[in-house]
Amino acid sequence: MPGPKIGVYVCHCGSNIAGKVDMDALREFAAELPDVVVSRDYKYMCSDPGQDLIKADIKEKGLERVVVASCSPRMHEPTFKRACQDAGLNPYLMEMANIREQCSWVTEDGEAATQKAKALVHSAVNKARHLEPLEDKTVPVDPKTLIVGGGIAGIEAALKIAEAGKEVYLVEREPSIGGNMAKLDKTFPTLDCAACILTPKMVSVAQHPNITLLTYSEVEKVEGYIGNFEVTIRKRARSIDEKLCNGCGTCQEKCPIKVPNEFEEGLGMRKAIYTPFPQAVPNKPVIDRENCTYYKTGKCKICERVCPPKAIRFDQEDEIITEKFGAIIVATGYQLFDPSVGPQWGYGRYDNVIHGLQFERLSNASGPTGGKILLKDGSEPEAVAILHCVGSRDTNYAEYCSRICCMTSVKFAHLVREKTNAKVYDLYMDMRTFGKQYEEFYNRVVAERDIYFIRGKGAEVMQDPETGKLLVRVEDTLLGVFREIPVDMVILNAAICPRPDAQEVAQKFGIQRSADGFFLEYHLKLEPMKTANDGVFIAGTCQSPKDIPDTVGQGAGAAAEALKVVFAGQVTVTPTTAEVRDTLCSGCRICIPLCPYNAITFDEAKGVAQVNEALCKGCGTCAASCPSGALRAKHFDNRQLYAQIEGVCAE
Amino acid sequence: MPEAKKKLKLALYWAASCGGCDIAVLDIDEKILTVAELADIVLWPVALDFKYKDVEALADQSVDVCLFNGAVRNSEQRELAELLRQKSKVMVAFGACACFGGIPALANQFDRESIFRRVYDTTPSTDNPGRVRPQTKLSVPQGDLHLPEFYNAVYKLDDVVEVDYYIPGCPPPPELVWEAITAIVEGKLPPKGSTLAGERSLCHTCKRKKEDKKVTAFHRVHEFVPDPEKCLLEQGIICSGPVTREGCGERCLNANMPCRGCFGPTPEALEHGASMLSAAATLVEGKEEAELAEVLDGIVDPLGTFYRFTLADSLLRIRNKSLGLEEKAEEGEEAAS
Repeated sequence: MPGPKIGVYVCHCGSNIAGKVDMDALREFAAELPDVVVSRDYKYMCSDPGQDLIKADIKEKGLERVVVASCSPRMHEPTFKRACQDAGLNPYLMEMANIREQCSWVTEDGEAATQKAKALVHSAVNKARHLEPLEDKTVPVDPKTLIVGGGIAGIEAALKIAEAGKEVYLVEREPSIGGNMAKLDKTFPTLDCAACILTPKMVSVAQHPNITLLTYSEVEKVEGYIGNFEVTIRKRARSIDEKLCNGCGTCQEKCPIKVPNEFEEGLGMRKAIYTPFPQAVPNKPVIDRENCTYYKTGKCKICERVCPPKAIRFDQEDEIITEKFGAIIVATGYQLFDPSVGPQWGYGRYDNVIHGLQFERLSNASGPTGGKILLKDGSEPEAVAILHCVGSRDTNYAEYCSRICCMTSVKFAHLVREKTNAKVYDLYMDMRTFGKQYEEFYNRVVAERDIYFIRGKGAEVMQDPETGKLLVRVEDTLLGVFREIPVDMVILNAAICPRPDAQEVAQKFGIQRSADGFFLEYHLKLEPMKTANDGVFIAGTCQSPKDIPDTVGQGAGAAAEALKVVFAGQVTVTPTTAEVRDTLCSGCRICIPLCPYNAITFDEAKGVAQVNEALCKGCGTCAASCPSGALRAKHFDNRQLYAQIEGVCAE
Repeated sequence: MPEAKKKLKLALYWAASCGGCDIAVLDIDEKILTVAELADIVLWPVALDFKYKDVEALADQSVDVCLFNGAVRNSEQRELAELLRQKSKVMVAFGACACFGGIPALANQFDRESIFRRVYDTTPSTDNPGRVRPQTKLSVPQGDLHLPEFYNAVYKLDDVVEVDYYIPGCPPPPELVWEAITAIVEGKLPPKGSTLAGERSLCHTCKRKKEDKKVTAFHRVHEFVPDPEKCLLEQGIICSGPVTREGCGERCLNANMPCRGCFGPTPEALEHGASMLSAAATLVEGKEEAELAEVLDGIVDPLGTFYRFTLADSLLRIRNKSLGLEEKAEEGEEAAS
């Protein structure tokens, strides 16, 4: 029985492909393959005349399958699918062979490239023979957006969406929104205080009628798919009736238990009942049950006695909220690199070796020292060293550039000079002042008195046994000498790192991570907020290190992405899902726990597994695991894949 | 069973096998007498004294059915397979060895030379000071003596000749044998190439209670007595039920023993061992790679477990899969001699 009529279209992509691959040889090779009735090449297959070649052949030659050998399907699969559809051929009967990214771009050897291109085309033709027509489906979209993370990225996204008239849930793990930005003192390059520019936005979030704010809460489970995510959120018990609490602070004043305040980066204390900082939103305390005397011993209850509106609720339980969302924005932020990992920096060994966020708190007027830059003994430093690239641009730790450290170092230098009489030594490898007004800010600080910029990596921090002073060792690469600089305080500008639970979060939201551990965007340049999971977007420092302007930009960008989904009202879902062939399924249940999207259930009556096609993303895990071959990934079934393998391996 | 108009001609042959398949034919008990009424047996080395020349003397296509058991390990077995194919209208691969290589095919983990080295040199009980190895030809004053050639690999029957039907099992259960005989006699055979067993996997007929499968450690059957009501896999015992064709009558499961896979893969599972390996690996609970590796290390002899009966049927192509290589070797030897 003859197979379906196949047309093969080889694209030159200008010289991108034709520069390496022998187009004539490839076209002729394809023409000789079984079932191929037409084989053509063209300079730009994606152009209108290129597409017209395909359309004309479908109509005139009655093509039943189309194979396009060109770039990655990520670029032009939609283009060629549409061309097929326009000509009356089901778009799922088109197969692409990637002879650019996977072939011509990755070798200098034209002969090898031609040989590989032939193998890829052979493989695609083999698969095409087994393709089946499939129909796209559309499903309605829930109009709400979930934003995870209440830092500046999440706040910005929430406000933009709310202002566009759509409903938002903002979920934050900590008792207050604000994120890392709320900890900062002044911000470069304009030196306006972080709180001054951030808190108005925080308050707007709390007040906006379209925003449901859930602090002290975490997303537990995400099910579903674009337009129809079903999310379970655990709202942890604050042990406070939020409606009654007026935020007067009496409870915090009277609570007898003091523990280190996470918000102050270990430099200050808080009570067992606390708001992390004065401008917290919501301005309602939480009881830290691990440290509260009542939860440990059953006694105390001072806060309950002193609370004027009687808002303390010791027996409050966690609340589980399940809600549907059309889109999700993950903006979970970063964690600072822990400098105690490298003993050379002396962090954790010597007093007065602090990291960048600790300096921010020292310098912050609402911080533990009231904004004074002081040593641990309460005295003012006479000399301060600032080290760049701690844990970044270092093959022992993170290889990437943490981006913000040069500018924060310059800012720190300025703040130290502004508030003390100390000499400042800024130890940098390269000064990277990439943003708007950054170079100008750097030049301004360079001109300040008693700030010494030394080009060299701070190699080691030691203590002078005689004077007790800290010694910073550095190779001054401009002078070509090794120096040991005595200082009183060392600020380690530690790198922005992925959060420690990034993997868990990635799995929960079905997104991937890049090699550096940050969440992976769909396209580094063109789709920085999209992820591989449709309808889930990322923003801010969970994607890569960023300064505030870029973070805000991405927050707004992610909002646009989410709005695009929720305003569309409906979404097309791919028909390339898995299906169970009832007559082959034996009901062994191996597939059920494996499905990352919980799309498989067990039909007790029939004794077979069942795929919910709306939930299925077509990842193929179940089909690969199915011992009896009853589960089939449509468009990627065993027959098609084995045919492809045979094509690639054919001589 | 209705009266057959004409007596059938039946051949039974054993190649690389243990003899169990021949016994399985007798396991149909008194029905064997019916078989004798319905069919004339023209070859059955295990029970009746026919010579190969008797078969050679038969007209082509004169045998109605040949039940061929055993894998093809040497040139004699191949010759007989080809001869019986020529003489038979219907060729049935009978039993796991003929269908998929069976236990003998586990030898495909090694080539001929390493097998010979082990058997004729290095086993502790070997006393072979002259390092004598099997030869295909020996010249003595009285003439040349010939022995079959031991192949480099073990083949399933359909690697050698065209096979019309497959009856799997180690050995095929008597019910299935009787059903097949009935179908042959009545001429009610399914399309050629069919396997005369079920379509789904054994889990379909298994009565044990199946729940969510999560395994923290694998066990072997001698280590404890499993709960006879519960899925064996869920108890950490490698049971090949999910990947194996149904139709055996669950003899092993009823004896509280796991399925060993002798019915081979289901029609849509292209690779029996790999499918089971993938199924077993997905059951393991744990997040860390080291943790998972430790559990999986608890599977003793994974290749022999997952491919116990189907190594000659594997895409892995352990040892050469194509007889072409054997032929080349033969030609080479001829050229050398």
